[in-house]
Amino acid sequence: MNSLIWIVLFPLIGFAINGIGRNVLSKPIISIVGCGTILASFLLSCGAFSTVYAARKSGEIASFTQTVFEWINVGNLHISLSFLVDPLSAIMLLIVTGIGFLIHLYSTAYMKHDAGFGKFFSYLNLFIFFMLLLVLGSNYVVMFIGWEGVGLCSYLLIGFWYHRVDYASAAKKAFVMNRIGDLGFLLAIFLIFNTFGSLEFSAVLPKAAQLEVGNATLFLITLLLFIAATGKSAQIPLFTWLPDAMAGPTPVSALIHAATMVTAGIYLIVRSNIMFVLSPVTMEIIAIVGLATALLAAFIALTQNDIKKVLAYSTVSQLGYMFLGLGVGAFTGAFFHVITHAFFKALLFLGAGSVIHAMSNEQDMRMMGNLKKKLPITFATMFIGTVAIAGIPPLAGFFSKDEILAHAFGHNQLYWMLGFIGALFTAFYMFRMLFLTFYGNFRGTYEQEKHVHESPISMTLPLMVLAALSIIGGILNVPQALGGTMGLATFLQPVFDASASKLSAAHLSHSTEYILMGASAIAAIGMAIYAYITYVSKGVVPAADHENRGGLTRLSYHKLYIDELYDAIIVKPLNILSSFFFKIIDKKTIDGFVNALGQGASQSGKLIRLLQQGNVGYYIFFMVIGVIVLLAYGLFII
Amino acid sequence: MNNLALLLLLPVFGALLLAFVKKSGTAKSIALIFSVLTLALTVPFLVAFIPDASKQFEQNIPWIPSLGIHFHIGLDGISLPLVILTNGLVPLIILSTFGQQQKGGFYALMLFMQTGLLLVFTALDAFLFYVGWEIALIPIYFICGLWGGVNRIRVTLKFFIYTFSGSLLMLIAIIYLYTQVPTANYELTSFYELDLDEKTQRYIFWAFFVAFAIKMPLFPFHTWQPDTYVEAPMAGTMLLSGIMLKMGVYGLIRWLIPIAPLGVSQYGHLAMILAIIGIVYASIIAFQQQDLKRLIAYSSIAHVGLIAAGVFVWNVQGLQGAMIQMVNHGISVIGLFFVVEIVSRQFGSREMQHMGGIAKVAPRLAIVFLIIILGAIGLPLTNGFIGEFLLLMGVYQAGIWTAIFAGLTIILGAVYMLRMYQGVMLGDTNQKAGIFRDIAGSELLVFAILVALIVGIGVYPKPLLHLSEAAVSNLVEQVKIGY
Repeated sequence: MNSLIWIVLFPLIGFAINGIGRNVLSKPIISIVGCGTILASFLLSCGAFSTVYAARKSGEIASFTQTVFEWINVGNLHISLSFLVDPLSAIMLLIVTGIGFLIHLYSTAYMKHDAGFGKFFSYLNLFIFFMLLLVLGSNYVVMFIGWEGVGLCSYLLIGFWYHRVDYASAAKKAFVMNRIGDLGFLLAIFLIFNTFGSLEFSAVLPKAAQLEVGNATLFLITLLLFIAATGKSAQIPLFTWLPDAMAGPTPVSALIHAATMVTAGIYLIVRSNIMFVLSPVTMEIIAIVGLATALLAAFIALTQNDIKKVLAYSTVSQLGYMFLGLGVGAFTGAFFHVITHAFFKALLFLGAGSVIHAMSNEQDMRMMGNLKKKLPITFATMFIGTVAIAGIPPLAGFFSKDEILAHAFGHNQLYWMLGFIGALFTAFYMFRMLFLTFYGNFRGTYEQEKHVHESPISMTLPLMVLAALSIIGGILNVPQALGGTMGLATFLQPVFDASASKLSAAHLSHSTEYILMGASAIAAIGMAIYAYITYVSKGVVPAADHENRGGLTRLSYHKLYIDELYDAIIVKPLNILSSFFFKIIDKKTIDGFVNALGQGASQSGKLIRLLQQGNVGYYIFFMVIGVIVLLAYGLFII
Repeated sequence: MNNLALLLLLPVFGALLLAFVKKSGTAKSIALIFSVLTLALTVPFLVAFIPDASKQFEQNIPWIPSLGIHFHIGLDGISLPLVILTNGLVPLIILSTFGQQQKGGFYALMLFMQTGLLLVFTALDAFLFYVGWEIALIPIYFICGLWGGVNRIRVTLKFFIYTFSGSLLMLIAIIYLYTQVPTANYELTSFYELDLDEKTQRYIFWAFFVAFAIKMPLFPFHTWQPDTYVEAPMAGTMLLSGIMLKMGVYGLIRWLIPIAPLGVSQYGHLAMILAIIGIVYASIIAFQQQDLKRLIAYSSIAHVGLIAAGVFVWNVQGLQGAMIQMVNHGISVIGLFFVVEIVSRQFGSREMQHMGGIAKVAPRLAIVFLIIILGAIGLPLTNGFIGEFLLLMGVYQAGIWTAIFAGLTIILGAVYMLRMYQGVMLGDTNQKAGIFRDIAGSELLVFAILVALIVGIGVYPKPLLHLSEAAVSNLVEQVKIGY
């Protein structure tokens, strides 16, 4: 497949044109270049997808590669810049370029009044370029290029309005936390190379499949890869950068910090699934970390008042569900959730952007309310997004979340129970957001109220497309219990072929599945009603920042004080250590020693100088002594 | 046609001419012309070079026959990249001084030093190596001592005495080795062929190691370095960090390890541990530095620590990583110091707290500074990634914990580098930053070249890696270290 390189190159060309011409080109041209290059990539991706799809239809494995050039050749290490498209990467291609295109389109209006318009589009294109490298890489190193590259773009875009010191700091925090994960990735790469003698997926994974369950090396590799994933996909303990990343423009939050980049960790694990299946301990760790993250983030989201913060914690929580899915062996389910989440979370963020845009950059939901009439399209689409994420049938989120929870139930009923509670939280905080924003009384300023308007078509069109996808996305993989054919699972089958035989998935009876589905659907609707009663019927508005909050609410509102904790146990001690190293060890001890040596030399120089004072008597005296010593030396030796 | 001696002597001719030039403008032009000419004359060597393990373009002229000293020079895959680095960076360093008024003597010393450096990298005779080693030291001593900052005299003297005492140890080792050679000469090959017992090799190890460790510098021999970098004029700092410290690394690869492999087997681990301590230690110190020059000085200690670790682990990946990273480090550190020079000249201070928000008024500088930083922290598709990846992969062979500690550089490096970027470039634009002048002219040219190299090597490192591949593999084959 020779078109793969062009899928990657188009966004790079867009980056170059818009980057160089950012101050010269007019905004329409920048928009055309920015969106056009992504559209071109999308169309080529469709072509690649249909080739893969056709091959799958005729029962083939459907895996195509393209080698561009040999990149690093050192000793027995051979790394080529090469691409791989198979059912897994084909779907990712569509998500990245498809949703990427919609968000580019949206941004042409959203960023219209920003002075950095050209810069914004060049960064966005660069992001797509790196994301495509990540997705298309046929080996771990090319994937790593994309992996770090998207981290860079994330840094640039979070700090897009860098004159705000807190925004610049948020960008730095994101980059550094990601790099902690990246070190894990690098170490995993070294270990993989040492173990399998290659870094190509096509060479490593079949060899890994030969190893037995519980292999110690595989355990270490998978653990390191999971550490990498916790950085990029914002899991405990490396998740705190993602809520701060909301400092970036909202389309960035939609594209990078919700729909695409943050799912890279899941993609990495799905790609390497066989190694994880053979490391049950890692799988258990992943399930527990995922579940804990899902609950913790959902708990924090319950009391947040910044509309983007709610969505950010919701993203962390949903990513947690995906990891739970991976941990319990529901690879297809987790990846299914990646897809549906991309639809409805991009939708929700873009909707939030539309609200923020309409409210003259207001993000605090306490200052909103009663927007549903004024922003009908935004409201309708966000309503769909909320229903979808809450897991209410028949929208997309229901199917994918249900698949994860059903597997969790089969694995350990406690996991299901906790996941279920998290789902209740999700339904509540999402409807809370919806009702606070669109229902009740308008609580903003007079100027804001006068200014409120529905967004232009270039912003609402992406909302509508994503809303449609959020509605129908579920049909991709309807479970057999509901008379579905599991289309996605069939399509992805070659990716999980080696793992399938080793996964002892507890098979649930259809009646159990019905009960689980029913329970979560009813519970979600129940939470929606509860939120309605609280925020619409009773008209409750969250308390002002300075007001005292009791117990759990306070914990949730202050994000469990995790940032403060990290500051106290990592940042501050490191700074103290830095001063200690500099002042005490470096200056006083080591350099003090060096200086003392130097002084010792010059002091002894002074002493020796005393011997040479021109007194002949002294010289004779020392000469005699010298002769005696020499004689004595000679005598003793002989 | 390809006369290596001529290449070495060309800068000296320039230096002789420049010594009599008083006018700054003329001096700059002459210096630039000579340095570019030297670079141009390097190209034929690169073209004619056959990338195998052999020594090429050799010249061997008896110098002091009664003592068996020869003027013996030549190039191989290990020395050629460093010769290119030297001759490539000197013109850039000269260009970077175009914003200042400097007399001919300043440039004369720089070119004189260039010859010393080239001698070090091409010498195949230990005595000649030592001569080059000291020839490189004396001009930089004067550059720092005459044109440096307020504390230059004290700091430079310390630097001189410190490095000089290191090289005296090396001289003693060289003379001892000479006495052991049956045919009484200083040839590199004769030294390689010596059959020294383990005990002797241990002494040889330490004599060479201390000299090289001071030069690089390696923890804990590094305390002269931050002060000297801070006090030296910027061109001096660039020469010291961009090129001169590679003398130490080169010395390890060319002299120490092949001559005293048993000594390395004994103490190589210790050296590697020191190198890795240096990475973490210097990075953590860099966290809190406010003086930009001192910050980069400490970051340089960290980076060189990784290079040294990659050398001592003694495998193809580590050594190839060290080779390419020496070039990369030269490129990025010169870029970093040049940014500091431009910024501090306009602010009248090197302290970060006086800066901020420059990106808004100087977008070009903001972009190149970011790219240079990305190279320095080893982002993929920049040159730094290739080096760090290979080095860490090499170091990994010594054990996962070694790699974890050495690998901390990618996290800690991001912390202090991005902190610096934020402090200088981002945030509110204060009054002084408001009138900041963006880069242009010769500054832009220097940065354009550096950025092109950073991205070029990062995307397509093959030609550079290929230069040293055969020589490095051969060396690793020939010299066995028993870890």
